Amino acid sequence: MKAEIIITLKKSVRDPQGEAIAASLGRMGLDDIKQVRQGKHIEIEFGNKTTSEIETEIKLMCEKLLANPVIENYQVKMGK
Amino acid sequence: MKAAICVFPGSNCDRDMAVAFEKNIGTPPLMLWHKETALPKQLDLIILPGGFSYGDYLRAGCMAAHSPIMREVVNFAKQGGLVLGICNGFQILTESGLLPGALMRNASCRFVCREVFVKMENDKTVFSSAYEAASVHKIYIAHMEGNFQADEETLKTLENEKLIIWRYCDEAGSTNTNHSPNGSASNIAGIINLKGNVLGMMPHPERNADKDLSASLSGGKIFESLKKLCKQ
Repeated sequence: MKAEIIITLKKSVRDPQGEAIAASLGRMGLDDIKQVRQGKHIEIEFGNKTTSEIETEIKLMCEKLLANPVIENYQVKMGK
Repeated sequence: MKAAICVFPGSNCDRDMAVAFEKNIGTPPLMLWHKETALPKQLDLIILPGGFSYGDYLRAGCMAAHSPIMREVVNFAKQGGLVLGICNGFQILTESGLLPGALMRNASCRFVCREVFVKMENDKTVFSSAYEAASVHKIYIAHMEGNFQADEETLKTLENEKLIIWRYCDEAGSTNTNHSPNGSASNIAGIINLKGNVLGMMPHPERNADKDLSASLSGGKIFESLKKLCKQ
């Protein structure tokens, strides 16, 4: 079983890296970009635990390590 | 004063801190590897040094916050033990929940490595008693993630409870946001917890505590403040 976790900055937090990316895209001549925000994509492959056990573990991982709840949100997508 | 410096894989300011500590306070600190699961007895102070623990992977300080030794450091702090986090150490303190807020990437997206001006905002703590109130000092910073951010409620608490120890400023002491090297909220460079025993700061006092290394000895005053505790 695989999990895909997307970690993004909370909307209220400024993203200087996203701003830098937007500026670079602008310099490539792409002038219709209003905003860029950068996040993280983490893929985790599990062994044989049940979906429910995995979901509990993922919640723990995200809240304790993978995301910083002060400034980040996370979304989880489960797959095979 | 019996002190220990935690060493994580990737810490690189631990030895400078050990030298500065011994030179200014007189006793050598113990060096504690991050995998230790017990603290030495009768410790007065734990220092979390600067560096790039775990390569700053995922988020600066986040994996170090889960190192075995940090469980002991958190308990030590909860029981009133003194903890001083410098740079990466400050990041580890916020990631472990011992201090509020988070240290994000500098607003300029540049690694800033130079002396900056900071203002002493609260000289009534055990870490800052040797400083003159509202005094301005030159001190080294060297970081890419020193941009302190927190929600409005936390920032209000930090102001109202006088938990802000250092603010970035200019030579004249103006704390206008133009004078911040990293965009941190309210120009915050260092904070203390409500109990007054855990301090985190982005500047490096160990780089300004030796006349052979720098003209400004601003960092030395932290050791001077701590030394006062020994005499009591």
